[in-house]
Amino acid sequence: MSEYYWSILNGALLTVAVSLAALAVSIVLGLLGAVAKLSGNKPLVVLATVYTTIIRGIPELVLMLLVFYGGSIGINHLLDISGSGVTLNIEPFSAGVLTLGFIYGAYMTETFRGAILSIPRGQFEAAAAFGMGPLQSFVRITLPQLVRYALPGFTNNWLVLIKATALISLIGLQEMTYLAKQASAATRSPFAFFLFTAGLFLLYTWASLHVLQRLNSRYSLGAKRGDL
Amino acid sequence: MDWEVIFRPESLAMYGEGIVTTLWLLSSSLVVGGVLALLFALALTGPWKWLQRIVGAYTFVIRGTPLLIQVYLIYYGLGQLEWIQARWDVVWPWTHFKDPAFCALLAFSLNTAGYTAEMLAGAIRETNAGEIESAQAFGMSRVSVMRRIVLPSAMRRTLPAYSNEVVMMLHSTSLASAVPGLLDVTAAASRIYSDFYLPFEAYLAAAAIYLCATFCLIGIFKLTERHFLAHLAPRRH
Repeated sequence: MSEYYWSILNGALLTVAVSLAALAVSIVLGLLGAVAKLSGNKPLVVLATVYTTIIRGIPELVLMLLVFYGGSIGINHLLDISGSGVTLNIEPFSAGVLTLGFIYGAYMTETFRGAILSIPRGQFEAAAAFGMGPLQSFVRITLPQLVRYALPGFTNNWLVLIKATALISLIGLQEMTYLAKQASAATRSPFAFFLFTAGLFLLYTWASLHVLQRLNSRYSLGAKRGDL
Repeated sequence: MDWEVIFRPESLAMYGEGIVTTLWLLSSSLVVGGVLALLFALALTGPWKWLQRIVGAYTFVIRGTPLLIQVYLIYYGLGQLEWIQARWDVVWPWTHFKDPAFCALLAFSLNTAGYTAEMLAGAIRETNAGEIESAQAFGMSRVSVMRRIVLPSAMRRTLPAYSNEVVMMLHSTSLASAVPGLLDVTAAASRIYSDFYLPFEAYLAAAAIYLCATFCLIGIFKLTERHFLAHLAPRRH
């Protein structure tokens, strides 16, 4: 019995790994998307808008199945056409990370866009007056404040992303949900295993909430707040 | 790409059945979850501390764990308990726990109730203090203040957040495909995929269906908001 609990605990490491990897992908995509949406360049704006609209209109599970089952066939088809004899297989880990990263990149785009819009325009003008280029002003002026304004929305997205990693078990990644299902099939006592897994997820979401709240108060240091 | 398979009458019928199941799951879980959410929100904002704690713990657990685990807990987990096993052949409400549709519906309803209750409770707490004071000055009791003043306005103010929740719920119904014996849109796509080995076409068609349903829901909520939140809209000159 207890070795099953150990294997689920081991699977928790994979859950953490997959969620952090997907988070990294989504932050990169979110920053690119937000900058594209605010760039004022027509094709970029259209591209980013289509991306966020379509991704947020389709269930995560369907996109995941599409990428996992459709993606490998599509890639091999393309490789076939290009004449190379190589065959590629998408494994569940990368399919899960890419899909979740791609989906939450769309949500992050909206969060980051709103955060950038909250930064007073005068600051960019001041940065330009100091002779900073676009990149320098982005790194020195936008990014540090973006963290502060984006943290509440970011926290929400992160909590939803953590919970979405359970879906990757459906395409065969052996993270804790998958292992709990296997354990419950083998021992015919599903209740205990699923409850244990639910507890681990709760611990993970609770701990990240705690960390992000501390980060939030760190980044809001010195921010003026009106007293009501 | 081979779209002919998707547009064959049998495939279309499968998707049609899937759409019916998905919409049925969505609407029933929203109704059941909505009623529960109202009760939970009243408990969260009510005068009894112990009730607040219990419901608060409930929403914390529901919102902190994946819906898939909740579905598994109800569908696979509850059947393990002897207390339920002793009853699910004969005693009425427990007989339903053998039915996958009921289990999925129960999980979805409990889930959406947790999220909606917190939204509604937030709106109730944010109600303008002046409105409540004047209602009390009119001599209304606690119950009538709630029924006549607080709830109508709080429910309206919850609408924008609730529209997000409904779209999320539409997407969550795709988890019904993880329960054997339920044919929703995603399960229909999976079946067509496994019958014809056409994953791209099968899941793209499902994605298109969900996309259309999402846009319809957003449109409906825009119209509803225009009607119920007209008093909060920016002034038109």
